[in-house]
Amino acid sequence: MPKDSGIGASPKRREDVRFLTGTGNYTDDINLNGQAYVHFLRSDMAHGRITSIDTTAAAAMPGVVRIFTGADFEGVGGIPCGWQITDKHGEVMQEPAHPVLAQGKARYVGDAIAAVVADTAEQARDAAEAIELDMEELPAVIDMKAAVQEGATKVHDDLTSNLCYDWSLPEDNKPAVEEAFANAAHVTTLELVNNRLIANPMEPRVAVGDFNRATGDSTLYTTSQNPHVIRLLMGAFVLGIPEHKLRVIAPDVGGGFGTKIFHYAEEAFCTFAAKALNRAVKWTSTRSEAFISDAHGRDHVSTIQLALDADNNFTALRTDTYANMGAYLSTFAPSVPTWLHGTLMAGNYKTPAIYVNVKAVFTNTVPVDAYRGAGRPEATYQLERVIDKAARELGVDPVALRRQNFITEFPYATPVAVEYDTGDYNATMDKLEEIADFAGFAARRSASEARGKVRGLGVNCYIEACGIAPSNLVGQLGARAGLYESATVRVNATGGLVVMTGSHSHGQGHETSFPQVIAEMIGIDESMVEVVHGDTANTPMGMGTYGSRSLAVGGSAMVRATEKIIAKAKKIAAHLMEAAEADVELKDGAFSVAGTDKSVAWGDVTLAAYVPHNYPLEDIEPGLEETAFYDPANFTYPSGAYACEVELDPETGKVSIERFAAADDFGNVVNPMIVEGQVHGGIGQGIGQALLEGAVYNEDGQLLSASYMDYAMPRADDLPFYQVDHSCQTPCTHNPLGVKGCGEAGAIGSPPSVVNAVVDALQSMGKDVTHVDMPLSPARVWQAMQG
Amino acid sequence: MYEFDLVKPATLTEAVAALGEEDAQALGGGQTLIPTLKQRLASPSKLVLLSGIAEMQGISVEAGVVSIGGATPHGVVAAEVAQSYPALAALAGNIGDPAVRNRGTIGGSLANNDPAACYPAAALASGATIVTNARQIAADDYFDGLFTTALEEGEIVTQVRLPVPEVANYQKFVQPASRFALVGVFVAKFADGVRVAVTGASEDGVFRWSEAEAALSGNFSAEALDGLSVEAEGMMADIHGSKAYRAHLIAVLTKRAVAAAV
Repeated sequence: MPKDSGIGASPKRREDVRFLTGTGNYTDDINLNGQAYVHFLRSDMAHGRITSIDTTAAAAMPGVVRIFTGADFEGVGGIPCGWQITDKHGEVMQEPAHPVLAQGKARYVGDAIAAVVADTAEQARDAAEAIELDMEELPAVIDMKAAVQEGATKVHDDLTSNLCYDWSLPEDNKPAVEEAFANAAHVTTLELVNNRLIANPMEPRVAVGDFNRATGDSTLYTTSQNPHVIRLLMGAFVLGIPEHKLRVIAPDVGGGFGTKIFHYAEEAFCTFAAKALNRAVKWTSTRSEAFISDAHGRDHVSTIQLALDADNNFTALRTDTYANMGAYLSTFAPSVPTWLHGTLMAGNYKTPAIYVNVKAVFTNTVPVDAYRGAGRPEATYQLERVIDKAARELGVDPVALRRQNFITEFPYATPVAVEYDTGDYNATMDKLEEIADFAGFAARRSASEARGKVRGLGVNCYIEACGIAPSNLVGQLGARAGLYESATVRVNATGGLVVMTGSHSHGQGHETSFPQVIAEMIGIDESMVEVVHGDTANTPMGMGTYGSRSLAVGGSAMVRATEKIIAKAKKIAAHLMEAAEADVELKDGAFSVAGTDKSVAWGDVTLAAYVPHNYPLEDIEPGLEETAFYDPANFTYPSGAYACEVELDPETGKVSIERFAAADDFGNVVNPMIVEGQVHGGIGQGIGQALLEGAVYNEDGQLLSASYMDYAMPRADDLPFYQVDHSCQTPCTHNPLGVKGCGEAGAIGSPPSVVNAVVDALQSMGKDVTHVDMPLSPARVWQAMQG
Repeated sequence: MYEFDLVKPATLTEAVAALGEEDAQALGGGQTLIPTLKQRLASPSKLVLLSGIAEMQGISVEAGVVSIGGATPHGVVAAEVAQSYPALAALAGNIGDPAVRNRGTIGGSLANNDPAACYPAAALASGATIVTNARQIAADDYFDGLFTTALEEGEIVTQVRLPVPEVANYQKFVQPASRFALVGVFVAKFADGVRVAVTGASEDGVFRWSEAEAALSGNFSAEALDGLSVEAEGMMADIHGSKAYRAHLIAVLTKRAVAAAV
């Protein structure tokens, strides 16, 4: 019997009422008295030297308040990078300056060169067109491998080359890996591209800067997944505003998928300009601007090699990856191809020797940073594709080959620096075989054949590291921030609670699921708990939402704070019942003394806390409000097994997804409906990457897929009904909820199974095709069929 | 977008007069023009809205000819010619999405002549007559390359007259992002022969595949097309498909259209 409240229940998402009735409060809904609007003049050249910029005529246009150029920001800090990678030689990465507005050179199509502030957005845009800009076009650096050749044009003249870093994990493993390859009975090699993606959240980015002349306080309203991080980065590193004079508010946010983690120049500009002009300044990105200014995702080119012994045991793995950084280092960009990627290369397998090499490269393209999964999809894709290829080369069942090499004992320390606490990979594979109906595949393949179609089945496993992360660990790895999370639980006199969390909800449903946890802990109705988030002025310092961390880290902070609340409430209840504190129990929202009929209701205790007439004032303070910061002991390691069945049209190369099954282990689950929704969305994005999406630059650095006319987002009819299951649960051992995180799993776990399925279909029709790069568009699949 | 004046004529005469002014531009359903204006890629001083002109609305069927007012939205065509010209209805019902079909018009589509649009294939394969405020133009004389037609400056497509074939079918293979036709083939069999029009593929816009027409006019079956292919040279190429792929799709889709029509 499913529960109807508390942990494990699926109440409908309370926030959806306002989202679906048009009563949300998004950043673009915020309009301040007297606000001006900014339009950014962006480079239409991928790489160009600014030879002159004359704003005289533009400044005289109607409504123009002021025009800013790079010169106005010479004394202002650049956009900082939040993670410093140390390379395999012990050298720190090359870190270019990242000015708010371009200085000297523009480095990608979309790089902001000037900013026009005017009374209306249209006036600002009109005036931007009147700016007289002369640029000398320089050769565009686009291809990563060419970019790191001797003599290549440099994106940043003051760096030694376009190589940001050459990193490895672990360098000490290299000899052992080489020896294993030398002794291998079989080696499978695969070269592949992890295609560049553009996140495309439904809500484009918006920033509104405000300045209070009376107090000297600055406020930034912004579409962010982590307002405290923006406050810290922008305040401390860009504008020099102390945090107590800077408030950052991220109200309702219409999807992030990673691209709203980062601190962007537009945020700094609006905050800076509001103070300079003593007037609120607003920027609303158009969709066209979003394509060329939101951080992109993925964009790796990799070679992966798997060594096996004569019994098909994996003996070693090595990878060589080029990771595109784009023109500047976005906030967390350096961490994505390294610590979020290399550390996951063991996957679900007990490969004893692994060596990962990653070269991060600057190019004249939009900066690349975390996108749903961030590094883990790239790792999973390489690993699960090379295993599939190995199975085909060896003529063995790809599922059996995986099972044979599964890690089965936990905790398990991988050769790539992480320790998995729990998991049961055979259990999720068993569940997958059941829900995907492997047994019925042959009949379905025959039925497809009768329709002139070719059916393929692809399977893969995945593991990811979520709940980032122990601060002391990430500090050693180069993070310039801690990665704890915070919660303040404020109990009101009449018993209702407000949770003020550093986590941010932009689609995840925290306003529904967080109260489920607290309500269950206290034994009260969920409607008595409200979640407050997204405003640095009324929430404790937190690190925000990404990396599937909110429940595992933020939820754990909330549990710790609620435990403190309960402990104090028990003291008050003990006083009210004239009992020993140790004898007081809390159950179903009431305190009682074991073995007696003494009982006080939750509301009586909370009232006593704020009306302390009969209260142990000598022992405890009035009030009932507690804060906890939770710093996790380890990452969490969700895992799963996915299966995809495709039907291929042999005449056109068109692939359709016929079935998709996902068996996930997320540990404990608070709201199964929300978890399933997260998996559905993640798989949708994974299928999008596998079949449809791809950001394409031409050799001049022009983005060819710069609108929905050419960038194919998945639509409902591109996606099948999913069979999803999360009944395999090995709870996380080190957080109080036993939860692992579910937000990115679908996007991590689905691309390889789609590609494996298409390769299976192609091979079943006799084509000698071992790989097709994503997206598997009809044209690409057809081309592959031509041999 | 830049500022412009909007004129809402009630009659064709008023519309023609309004379009006679400098930098005036006709606005049909706006499904191409409005996004273009938003991108500031066009700057007409005056937009002349055609949707309020009663004589450009509506559909009639008479003597084997479907006549569609130039300002008739795709959704209306899809609904109203389902019996009289099912292949055309199916084509109209698969353009864009419901919002596009409720605003976009047949006249607007034919005047714009996007090389990946669907209607030009139907008009050309049907041997339609494009009626304007000034004259009647045979479809064979109307389409003149990418985004180019026989229309003069200020000339308005007031009606499209499409002879109804004995059987017909349109096969659209969508470009994954825009869902315009990567290649679309309209096959129409008339008593005096077969017409095959191809959209989405050629560097010269919609065209008739005369070899296929000849083969099918003798033997209207998919097998009649065996061995026929289109030269890749002259096809468009972009990130969604090469010249060779488009040429290949033309043959595949033509066969499918014939098979579906038989």
